[in-house]
Amino acid sequence: MEHIVIIGNGISGVTAARHIRKNSDKQITIVSAETDYFFSRTALMYVYMGHMKFEHTQPYESWFWKKNKIELKKGFVKTVDSKNKTLHFANGDTLQYDKLIIATGSKPNKFGWPGQELNGVMGMYHKQDLDNLEKYAPDNKACKRAVIVGGGLIGIELVEMLHSRNIPVTFLVREQSFWNGVLPKGESEMINREIKKNHIDLRLGVNLKEIKSDKNGNVKSIVIAETGEEIECNVVGLTAGVSPNVDFLKNSDLEIGSGVKVNRFLETNLKDIYAIGDCAEQHEVIGSRRSIEAVWYTGRMMGETLAQTICGNRIEYKPGHWFNSAKFIDIEYQTYGWVWAQTKENEARFYWEHKDGNKCIHLNYDKNTREFIGINNFGIRMRHDFFDRVLNEKRSVDYVLEHLADANFDPEFYTLHEAEIAAKFNKENNTNIQLKKKSWARIFSRA
Amino acid sequence: MKAIKHTGIVIFLIGLAIFTGTIFTGSFSLTSDELNTFINQKKYKSEIIKDELKKATVTSEDLNIFEFSSRVRAAYKASNDHYDAQIAKYNLEKNWDKKGEQYQYKIYGKPHTVSFELAKIAGKGYIKDNAGLVWWLTFGLGIIGALLFILPNYKLLGNAGIKNNGIYLESSTNRGFLAWLVLIYLVSFYLVLYFMPDYVVNWTFIFDPISKSLNGGPASQWFVYGFLYCALMLVMATRMYIKYRHNKYQILRTTSVLFFQIVFAFLIPEIMTSLNMPGYDFKNAFPLDYDFFFEWNLDSLKESGAIGLFILVWGIILTLVIVPVMVYFFGKRWYCSWVCGCGGLAETLGDPYRQHSNKSMKAWKLERWIIHFVLLFSLAMTAVTLYCYFTGTQSFLGINSQWIKDTYSFLIGAWFAGVIGTGFYPIFGNRVWCRFGCPLAAYLGLVQRFKSRFRITTNGGQCISCGNCSTYCEQGIDVRAYAQKGENIVRSSCVGCGICSAVCPRGVLKLENGPEEGRINPTDVLLGNDVDLMKLVNDK
Ligand SMILES: Cc1cc2nc3c(=O)[nH]c(=O)nc-3n(C[C@H](O)[C@H](O)[C@H](O)COP(=O)(O)OP(=O)(O)OC[C@H]3O[C@@H](n4cnc5c(N)ncnc54)[C@H](O)[C@@H]3O)c2cc1C
Ligand code: SF4
Repeated sequence: MEHIVIIGNGISGVTAARHIRKNSDKQITIVSAETDYFFSRTALMYVYMGHMKFEHTQPYESWFWKKNKIELKKGFVKTVDSKNKTLHFANGDTLQYDKLIIATGSKPNKFGWPGQELNGVMGMYHKQDLDNLEKYAPDNKACKRAVIVGGGLIGIELVEMLHSRNIPVTFLVREQSFWNGVLPKGESEMINREIKKNHIDLRLGVNLKEIKSDKNGNVKSIVIAETGEEIECNVVGLTAGVSPNVDFLKNSDLEIGSGVKVNRFLETNLKDIYAIGDCAEQHEVIGSRRSIEAVWYTGRMMGETLAQTICGNRIEYKPGHWFNSAKFIDIEYQTYGWVWAQTKENEARFYWEHKDGNKCIHLNYDKNTREFIGINNFGIRMRHDFFDRVLNEKRSVDYVLEHLADANFDPEFYTLHEAEIAAKFNKENNTNIQLKKKSWARIFSRA
Repeated sequence: MKAIKHTGIVIFLIGLAIFTGTIFTGSFSLTSDELNTFINQKKYKSEIIKDELKKATVTSEDLNIFEFSSRVRAAYKASNDHYDAQIAKYNLEKNWDKKGEQYQYKIYGKPHTVSFELAKIAGKGYIKDNAGLVWWLTFGLGIIGALLFILPNYKLLGNAGIKNNGIYLESSTNRGFLAWLVLIYLVSFYLVLYFMPDYVVNWTFIFDPISKSLNGGPASQWFVYGFLYCALMLVMATRMYIKYRHNKYQILRTTSVLFFQIVFAFLIPEIMTSLNMPGYDFKNAFPLDYDFFFEWNLDSLKESGAIGLFILVWGIILTLVIVPVMVYFFGKRWYCSWVCGCGGLAETLGDPYRQHSNKSMKAWKLERWIIHFVLLFSLAMTAVTLYCYFTGTQSFLGINSQWIKDTYSFLIGAWFAGVIGTGFYPIFGNRVWCRFGCPLAAYLGLVQRFKSRFRITTNGGQCISCGNCSTYCEQGIDVRAYAQKGENIVRSSCVGCGICSAVCPRGVLKLENGPEEGRINPTDVLLGNDVDLMKLVNDK
């Protein structure tokens, strides 16, 4: 029986394993150094915040693995010997494979800042980071202030986490406005406001120079590069992005760029070795995507796809339309299709913001053909199905506005803003878009 | 703000302490006249009960309720023992006529219940004389304290939004010491309420004036419970209003359960009683209202003329037509989390404990066995009762009607719904009864699962498997198991509280009523991936 070994028990590795099991009875082993069981990395924040216990982040009960004959092995893979198809573990163990899937995820970036190895400096990626945070920032007595460096999705989550325990937080963001490499101005500024509304000391347009130590090797303060200002703190969170966790492969025969290089079939340069999830780097970018996509959904999609290939139905990784979501403290965000931070040549934009300043939608469409390109929605939930279909069918922005009622996914009884949105659009564009009533027939039609 | 909160909890605890303390106050004794009136009313045939009770209760001693209760119960026991001895004697002598005669002298009924009735007459003391003041010292302080404890959350929780911060870090909501204390208090409360009502007769004195003004009579323990229930819900509803102030579904739902509890379960029945009608809770549907078809209820309805007939017809239509039709259109939520009293308490008082429901597959299996068993039990009991009612027999298929009613009332009505159902909130979550025990929920669940437009829609591929939805599902549904597969949630136990949708950080879940077709949509590959792959795998 063919033995499939998967390094990494994150969403990509586990999805691959589940789908391989569905389609075959191959022997499957999942290896991880981090935890015994698969857990949801995206939920780590809720454990610290006290919304959940760690066990709640585990999507499957422990009997699941036995029942589905998926073996779990805990251990750190030190080297991959592709000639002998053998994994060597840090503790000396070895494991033979017939096919190997590398799904080792990411690790937090550290840019060689002085003091980045001090006690109390941490990223927020692994379970161990969570344990570390609990150790150094259990409450606002042990941690009088925390400084978070790097204004991305994980950065703001870490800010929210510390804030939930009433720990004062300074948030250093290199950009002039939060996440404005991804978010257009309106949305980015809305999040700036949200951060400040929560009494976070937000510093825009600044970089970290160094982290200073007390005499015991603990964090004492940080220094801001631009101003030289020194800020006293007990914890420093480094959340300036992540990069593929592939250091242990550097001496193998695998082709490594930033991540493990793969083709569209998620195959590496070596036969019978594949890579998926955060650690995989496409030779050529797919559509407007990045060559490394460190998000949950793409990891899952790669897992779903690769399972087919492993089980004899060799298919390309062909992700559908881009979508993503996040939550910025109290503001939920979803996106379908593309809304770039900067408007492109062929694009036109429509932006509506609620008067309270905590909800908005941003539509992107082709100014010549009026084809819908994407939407950002903040504080309003939208139906994935709807936008996926709109993008497939290459519908116009007018169609989207007419059918906002079909698209809305807010809980029942929520105030709807469709009329206001359409009116604003009509006024700005001299159009006469009339809202259509919500229709189940349309919502369910599978064209 | 924190100071207000602390003051609030202290005031609340003082109120609670006084309330609990009142049990031990007052003195209980009867005059001969009072006793005679009581005995005449009761039409006891026993020749010795009068003497026994007189010895026990007509006294100048200063008896507290526990002494009084034990004396009264001893008196009844003495009387019954006497006739039991007679019965045994005549039995030995094979004197069947004499033996048969003895039975009429025996006094049936629960000892604590008759003791309660006597105590109601016998009680004297500060509470009875100062009901209004004591109300303020107990309920007044309790309510004010609780509100002071809750209202500052408006500021302390931070901006509107999901703020489950610290739930698993605090003893009271993480099955810690405080949670166990609350459990012990609640369980003791229910045990006393159901099985030793005489011990808390003092509480009823606090409510006599209110009860008289509402229904014309003195307060029973059920009046106290009904009032307490409404007060608890009202106070804890303000907590809900603050916690979910950004979420209209929660606000409306909370208002709805509050309305149905206060108006339908409490006020209307009281007013009906004052008008000499049978007090009836028009929203309480059989088989949750398990004694609807009991003889005493049918008889009482029969005697009440047009209104009685109306209630009878309404009760039957409610269960057979209204309930299932509404479930078809809206899911069982319209009842369980918008109308029902048990649900109402669970969604207000119980909300801080919703995370404790067990999400394991084992618990789900157990749930299906137990709840469907209770449904069958309630139906069997009703069948026996009705058969015996119409044929005038004592038993049906060898099942004694009185026995099965008593057993059901004791096991399901008192222990399951009360002691376990509410008493265990702090440890097993707030819907133990609704999930495992309620026969009406079982019935609604079958309709919801097989013939309904209700579902929780999963938003394509947006789930990140974080687990908030499952954690906060009070019914122990592993919501995430569906959401992470892109599959809608269609489960018989779902009461549609809407909290999964509220706590989901990615906007994945929406409670909806839509066409039945496509409601259940198992998927393997989620939306967002290759269209051809989705076709290949999902259409298989
Ligand atoms: C705090 C946080 C919040 C996030 N929120 C979101 C979000 O909201 N939405 C979203 O789309 N994405 C989010 N992400 C990103 C998302 O979690 C990742 O893209 C995803 O988890 C990657 O999955 P993976 O399976 O590729 O790798 P991982 O989940 O990283 O799993 C890899 C596993 O392999 C193990 N491993 C690595 N090397 C070895 C070795 N040599 N030997 C043994 N084991 C090894 C690692 O320890 C790890 O357990 C978030 C990430 C973080 C950290
Ligand atoms: S709360 Fe939302 S994102 Fe989290 S597991 Fe549930 S459905 Fe998925």
